[in-house]
Amino acid sequence: MPYSPTAEELDLVERLKRGEADAFTTLVRDRAGALLRCARKLLGNEEDAREAVQDALLQASRNIDTFHCQCQLSTWLHKIAINAALMKRRARLSRPQVSIEDLLPRFQEDGHHAEIPAPWQEPVEAGMARAELQKLVRDAIDQLPDNYRTILILRELNEMDTEATAQVLSITPNAVKIRLHRARQALRTLLDSHFRADTSDLPRVR
Amino acid sequence: MTCREFVEFLNAYLEGNLTPAEKAEFERHLAVCTACVRYLAGYNSTTRLVRDALVDAANAPADAPEELVNAILAAKRRAD
Repeated sequence: MPYSPTAEELDLVERLKRGEADAFTTLVRDRAGALLRCARKLLGNEEDAREAVQDALLQASRNIDTFHCQCQLSTWLHKIAINAALMKRRARLSRPQVSIEDLLPRFQEDGHHAEIPAPWQEPVEAGMARAELQKLVRDAIDQLPDNYRTILILRELNEMDTEATAQVLSITPNAVKIRLHRARQALRTLLDSHFRADTSDLPRVR
Repeated sequence: MTCREFVEFLNAYLEGNLTPAEKAEFERHLAVCTACVRYLAGYNSTTRLVRDALVDAANAPADAPEELVNAILAAKRRAD
């Protein structure tokens, strides 16, 4: 379905293309907050997040002539901001990334689980406070390969549905769903050792 | 249905994107496979944990701090 921009958005884009200074001010005031929220989540560091948003908005201003209102301005801006944030993150990362394949569940040739999953206990039972739990999960998210980590984070941002996430990452909505599913599977593997209940008194399943 | 297929199509099941026949097959598998019941429970917990871990950032106010706005506008003036 072709996207039809609002009159207000068209007007702002036209004024940006003409290089009107107050149009850029409007753009920054209206849009920097949402982009910052997204960059913070991708980077986990306020200073880097602000730099990424600044880079992104300046880049948007330089490249506004390439924007033809075929998608929402906010989608286009998010795309630029996410790429700016990911470049910053890659520059900071020193450790090699794990492969997603190594984190997906394994199966026997007949399709049964290679290892029977252990039951999980609730975080409360594992004796974890909320802040500790949030940190544990965020650290695990940080271990995911970038492609998967990004999807997981973007989909938790209220303003990004599957469609918008697909546009921003230049992949199909179906690919978004597949990556999200794999990201959750990989994360389940990473979290397993923290949440598996003591199964010594449980009957074995096959 | 095998456990491998169960895991592969788990998200389609959870999002309600299966046909009634596929859904029934999923549920038949769940009724007899403890391993997949456990896998599903851990998967659902993971989804909840992710939401909870990221919720504070997601609910943060979307206003840009004034100093960031000013920094960007100043950088733009320097670039022009």
